[in-house]
Amino acid sequence: MSQLLRIATAGSVDDGKSTLIGRLLYDSKAIFEDQLNAVELSSIQRGHKGPDLALLTDGLRAEREQGITIDVAYRYFATPKRKFILADTPGHIQYTRNMVTGASTADVALILIDARNGVLEQSRRHAFLATLLGIPHLVLCVNKMDLVGYSQERFEEIRAEFRAFAMKLEVADLTFIPISALVGDNVVTRSENMPWYDGGPLLRHLEDIHVASDRNLIDARLPVQYVIRPQQKDFRGYAGTVAGGTFKPGDEVTVLPSGFSTTVTAAWGPGGAKVEEAFAGQAVTLELADNIDIGRGDMICRPNNRPAVSQDIDAMISWMSETSALKPGASYALLQTTRQTRTTVRDLEYRLDVNTLHRDEEADSLTLNEIGRVRLRTQKPLLFDPYRRNRETGAFILIDEATNNTVAAGMILGTSQQETHVVWHAGSITREERATQGMTVWFTGLSGSGKSSVAMELERRIVASGRPAYVLDGDNLRHGLNANLGFSPADRKENVRRVAEVARLMADAGVVAIVSLVSPYREDRDSARETHQEAGLPFLEVFVDTPLEICEQRDPKGMYGKARRGEIRDFTGVDAPYEAPRRPDLLLRPSDGDVKQLAQIVLDRIETAQ
Amino acid sequence: MRVLPRPCGFAPASFGWHTGSTARCSRCPPPAAKGVTQRMTVTTYELSDLEKLEAESVHIFREVAATIERPAMLFSGGKDSVVMLHLAAKAFWPAPPPFPVMHVDTGQNFPEVLQFRDRTVDRLGVRLIVEKVQDDIDAGRVHEDHPGAPRNRLQTVTLLRGIREHQFGAVFGGARRDEEKARAKERVFSFRDEFGQWDPRNQRPELWNLYNGRHRKGENIRVFPLSNWTELDIWTYIRDEGIELPALYFAHRRKVVERDGMLLAADTEFITPAPGERVFEARVRFRTIGDVTCTGCVESDADSPDAVVTEVSAARLTERGATRADDRISEAGMEDRKKEGYF
Repeated sequence: MSQLLRIATAGSVDDGKSTLIGRLLYDSKAIFEDQLNAVELSSIQRGHKGPDLALLTDGLRAEREQGITIDVAYRYFATPKRKFILADTPGHIQYTRNMVTGASTADVALILIDARNGVLEQSRRHAFLATLLGIPHLVLCVNKMDLVGYSQERFEEIRAEFRAFAMKLEVADLTFIPISALVGDNVVTRSENMPWYDGGPLLRHLEDIHVASDRNLIDARLPVQYVIRPQQKDFRGYAGTVAGGTFKPGDEVTVLPSGFSTTVTAAWGPGGAKVEEAFAGQAVTLELADNIDIGRGDMICRPNNRPAVSQDIDAMISWMSETSALKPGASYALLQTTRQTRTTVRDLEYRLDVNTLHRDEEADSLTLNEIGRVRLRTQKPLLFDPYRRNRETGAFILIDEATNNTVAAGMILGTSQQETHVVWHAGSITREERATQGMTVWFTGLSGSGKSSVAMELERRIVASGRPAYVLDGDNLRHGLNANLGFSPADRKENVRRVAEVARLMADAGVVAIVSLVSPYREDRDSARETHQEAGLPFLEVFVDTPLEICEQRDPKGMYGKARRGEIRDFTGVDAPYEAPRRPDLLLRPSDGDVKQLAQIVLDRIETAQ
Repeated sequence: MRVLPRPCGFAPASFGWHTGSTARCSRCPPPAAKGVTQRMTVTTYELSDLEKLEAESVHIFREVAATIERPAMLFSGGKDSVVMLHLAAKAFWPAPPPFPVMHVDTGQNFPEVLQFRDRTVDRLGVRLIVEKVQDDIDAGRVHEDHPGAPRNRLQTVTLLRGIREHQFGAVFGGARRDEEKARAKERVFSFRDEFGQWDPRNQRPELWNLYNGRHRKGENIRVFPLSNWTELDIWTYIRDEGIELPALYFAHRRKVVERDGMLLAADTEFITPAPGERVFEARVRFRTIGDVTCTGCVESDADSPDAVVTEVSAARLTERGATRADDRISEAGMEDRKKEGYF
């Protein structure tokens, strides 16, 4: 079946974007003779030699007069395999606003790079915006290959540079194609000038891109758009476009925000075509078993798979107004799915520099073409999924209520952490009233350094003395408390934070909490110490300083071997860093003795710390 | 998409579109050959191009009906407006479209198109409002260059008067982005100020399928549900859905006169051949239908939707370039008219 593909192009005239589009349109016969004649006539009047294909897309008088492109232009072309809608966004002014507009519904982003100039700030910005808007496929056209002698080396260089940058972005599918739009290399037909390139030409790639899996067919969501109630007939249908998942007669559904549950009795397509199973993207009308009060803005979903419901939202915002700026405290109308409400900007967390990805936390406003992260409070709760999970239910626009203009595009990250609503409840028992006094002993060091052995021996000795103690072992905790965490720096940070909080609770309850955790980052350990200091609890950082060679030789769990063979990644000491403590409370070296002796050293230190 | 087989094709018989049509319907399972067991269709969770475009248009209709007070649809009997009305009827099934249709009548019509218009609105149970350009000429609000001159440009005054008098908050138009390059830059929801003017430099950003239809009293929103359709899509859809059109769209013999490189119908009261103009009989069809005085026809043998689809696929001229004298005024002809309040 022919599958519609929506493409967003980005780049300036200098990258050869217009030439590329012109070639795609002309070679797929989407440009008609009268259009081409008109362009040729205008080109001659303007003193150009050949037809200036940019004139095809520059539709407004001001654009032609000033030789610039102002707005997103939509182009249509088709090949026997597929139909394409191309949103062409200009590179000159209002760049971000137009690109965000064109990219919001795109399946593919085409990014042009001039082979002579390589990856520029602009290329990085295009790629970032494409990923911010959740475009699943990125095609990087390295253009003007004819001007660099069709050099494979140059192409590889650009590819490597772009890949390094793309690692910081969420790119699901990234393709590189060396082309020359002017000459036609690898645009519609394979180039004979680049035998080293073993991929297909651009058009074939666009024809073959698989987009059916990009939709969310899991989370069933139908935002109710309109209730159809014919006057004469006994019929009540809830019309809307399926925003995720599937619905079929017999399905049990829940309607939010009311929370009532009922059953789908029938699903109809446009004009009353009977639909056996309605799926994402279809405009449908559902009939339900019970007459419950449902209106526009409600969401039909499944009882066990619901969208988030919240009035406090974290979101990325792209500001689009020339005449006003986003400021904390301001209020706007918010439109999300079929739901409309008012919202207040509670906080601008940072402004993002789209060229460097630098976060400016000092920023106090967003102006035209700026992007930032905000916290919003809405008057009515929103029913949403994070944008990265569902582009339909995670997107919103802000409207200035004074001018009625659309001033921002928003992508929901999730529900705000609502710490402001939670008040600390003071206990009635003081620490001194408890039977024992607790503290935390924090062992850090490489895997295989002996942390856990010493910790276990220490626990045994303390418990034997009649004092409660408990070992919090990093590996063991990863089976439960921290089972959802990996080994990225962010996950390691969260891992340490959770263990520090648990240790603090134990110490507060009168237990000696013995933590055995690689905890490779200094900053994370320091914040664990701060957590205890703030609570007025003793904290002892013990660095088990066993050299890497010895740890690797011991390798009690076979992990070093796996890491060296590349079977596991981000292993501390092999391909992830370990930051040794600068001033630990206690330093243990293999030369200080065996496990029993080391445990005794710690025990002595604990006693002096009391 | 999995659709239960229906004897007539896609639409239910009561819907009325399929009557008498033998056109192939792409949505019906092919008839099973004798002695062959028909297999069940497998749900692929994919929509065809036309199903996607249809879903998008239906979404737009519902959005307008739900959020904007007093919408109306422009309806001339031309193929794009017929497709638009067909989609509107499908969007609100089993209820009729919750808005009237308005014809801005230049008074220079093909009689068979007027008959078709009346028949169609009757069948669908839609209310028809006719606003006549002649009334504005008689009242002195607009002036004809000379009797019998094209009246497309004059329509704007009548259109704006109709919108004002009926207090329409939204008006659907059948314009497509592939028609013309100023239209390629227009939004689906196109804001017009109290004078009906379009400001191309200051359009509202339009993202995802979130449409901002907010406006003050006196202002209005022009809505284009066919924005992303091409001429070929329209014809393929007409064929697949078995949509009835005025007969003018299919090849027939008639007297024509050649003027400014176009063929105009010479057998109506509105066209008087000038001395020296050649009048001859030809087999022709119209690619667009508007004011008789400036709508040209093309020589063609395409006498069915299927034949037109084939012809359009191979066409090397745009429909407006081939047959619309009013668009040839200047490079920015359409943009200028839109700024004045035209569709």
